[in-house]
Amino acid sequence: MDLFNLPRRDWITFGLFALVVVTMPIWLTPLGASYPGLLQKFAIFAIFAIGFNILFGLTGYLSFGHAAFLGVGSYTAVWSFKLLTMDALPAIMFAVIVSGLFALVIGYLSLRRTGIYFSILTLAFAQMCYNLAYSVLTPITNGETSLQLTLQDPRVIDSALAARPEGLPSASIFGHVFDGFEGFYFCAALLLIAFFIALKIFSSPFGMMLRAIKSNQTRMNYTGFDTKPYALTAFVISGMYAGLAGALLAVTDPLAGAERMQWTASGEVVLMTILGGVGTLIGPVIGAWLIKYFENIFSAFNEQVLTRFFSFLPPEITEPVVTISSKFVGEGWHLTLGLIFVLVVVFLPGGIMEGVRRIGALFRRTTPPSAPAARPAAPTIQPAE
Amino acid sequence: MDAILAQLLNGLDKGGAYALIALGLTLVFGTLGVVNFAHGALFMLGAFCAVTFRQLITLETVTVDPTQLSAWGAPLEIRTPLAQTWFGDFGAVLVEYSVPFSILFAIPVMLVIGIAMERGIIKHFYKRPHAEQILVTFGLAIVLQEIVKAVFGPNPISQPMPTALRGAADIGVWIGLAPGAVSYPLWRLVYFLFSAGIIAAVFAFLRFTTFGMVVRAGMADRETVGLLGINIGRRFTIMFGLAAVVAGLAGVMYTPLVPPNYHMGMDFLVLSFVVVVVGGMGSLPGAVAAGFLLGILQSFASMNEIKQLIPGIDQIIIYLTAVVILLVRPRGLLGRRGMMES
Repeated sequence: MDLFNLPRRDWITFGLFALVVVTMPIWLTPLGASYPGLLQKFAIFAIFAIGFNILFGLTGYLSFGHAAFLGVGSYTAVWSFKLLTMDALPAIMFAVIVSGLFALVIGYLSLRRTGIYFSILTLAFAQMCYNLAYSVLTPITNGETSLQLTLQDPRVIDSALAARPEGLPSASIFGHVFDGFEGFYFCAALLLIAFFIALKIFSSPFGMMLRAIKSNQTRMNYTGFDTKPYALTAFVISGMYAGLAGALLAVTDPLAGAERMQWTASGEVVLMTILGGVGTLIGPVIGAWLIKYFENIFSAFNEQVLTRFFSFLPPEITEPVVTISSKFVGEGWHLTLGLIFVLVVVFLPGGIMEGVRRIGALFRRTTPPSAPAARPAAPTIQPAE
Repeated sequence: MDAILAQLLNGLDKGGAYALIALGLTLVFGTLGVVNFAHGALFMLGAFCAVTFRQLITLETVTVDPTQLSAWGAPLEIRTPLAQTWFGDFGAVLVEYSVPFSILFAIPVMLVIGIAMERGIIKHFYKRPHAEQILVTFGLAIVLQEIVKAVFGPNPISQPMPTALRGAADIGVWIGLAPGAVSYPLWRLVYFLFSAGIIAAVFAFLRFTTFGMVVRAGMADRETVGLLGINIGRRFTIMFGLAAVVAGLAGVMYTPLVPPNYHMGMDFLVLSFVVVVVGGMGSLPGAVAAGFLLGILQSFASMNEIKQLIPGIDQIIIYLTAVVILLVRPRGLLGRRGMMES
């Protein structure tokens, strides 16, 4: 079995990535982001973005409805908590399976069309899920109040094994309740597994097939390949990634709301992926971290923090600087995010990874030009039909 | 019968708004080939043109009249809008009909905003992948939204409609039904007629002017038109400005129906994308037809009789229709082959 058979460069990538993820609580401390709640989100949305990139980055199919699978994953996980057990593993398993089934149905129908028609089909399915979860499906989703644990939940397996604890239980693994950074490390372990699988897919013949779909689907069909099953497999895999992310959201906070499925959530993962670099392995992860960092840290800045931050300046400059910069943080963090989107796309087509590649190329200029580039950027040509 | 007519009418004004926004979006797709996620923001900016205009003309001078006392004993303050001081009765009319008059204000403003946007950012993205166009225009939309939020605050600002148009029209009587059978708010009627007028004007402009003919030729085959020595790029820029004006006017006239706030554009954006795609990429008649179709279907689905029959249908009807149409007709209602399919 060549499960762990990877080129050496990929092993190095994986090792470095693992190192970065595991040491996150340390290197994020000076940035003010080293607390479990946010780190968990970093790991979870990284999984979401990696999965999305398997579909969008490799096949070029731009799905605008991936949040639906995230939401389905969350709901499934919370139902598993409510009905069976507070253990995280069954919840994750069920969530991945159910969201995979959803992805199979939605993908089968949506993949009959290409281009923007595909995007709008996925968007329409996701919006239907969202609107139904809010209205008619309230018995399953608990509508606006979100699905939560209650004291009356049966929790069949837990009740059979042990006496019911007082109050609401929290998610656990083999009876061990997450505490402090343990929740993050659990998510991080799954992130590493998810990353490893993505690495495998990227370097596999299957991944090559997906890339071929992106570069010219018509020609693939002419050479006798039926591309549909490949695209559908990619769609289902990325739906399962989203389901896993949704389940982890429920594990870290046993609550599932419909707003997780709204188009803005689908749009967010698209933006994460494009911001980081479509079709690269690390790019979507960086995009996810950046957007989540802005959302949680920048939005919490206020004038006091800024005054302290700029205290090294002479006092007469400090005030205008604080006034101007306060427009970009706190309530106005969206403004910064919007400007970043514009600037990155204008100056770094191909996202942040393109910037990294360019900086790398600067350092490599001393070596002969025949040296291969680190990882060729995703082809940007999109031939018509 | 009258219930059906009433729902039909209810759908028309919303359909009008969808159709206007979708028309602008399709113009931009068709001419420049750009997926413009900032189009909803243009709609929102139009609405805030109306807000600004009203704030400008209702700037007041306060004079204190010491001979008269107000109800609680303080000297009476007489507030006179500047517009009234300057223009007399016409000023009063101006304040009363501030929303329709803002159209005159919005047209140049939106044209300038549209052209500035196209020249400043969008023009660098013609040949870039759609994903990057989406990211940059989405970023632009967020920036515009945040600027409006910083200037006008986060709360909706309601715009009064003219008193004369505040009532409801008894439309049933016009076609021989019993009085009171079908009544319809006048402003919605105005909105529908307005949007129909704008749509007709855009179509007439494209159909009957030389400029429009060149633009249509450019939409069909940009390269050949360019080879004939026509500066098609400049005309497309003007078309972008025109699309901005159409979106802006849709926003101006919508203000009395829903008080504008900074995120109203985003709320309309997704729906208008669905409308455009259901209509078929690159087809202007398709966009208009799909706008009215979805508006009317939405208002029918919110009838109680239908909601009892199929619970929840009012929540999903637009998306359900979109899915069905796209699965049955691969390129929407009237889409062109090969447009945005890769």
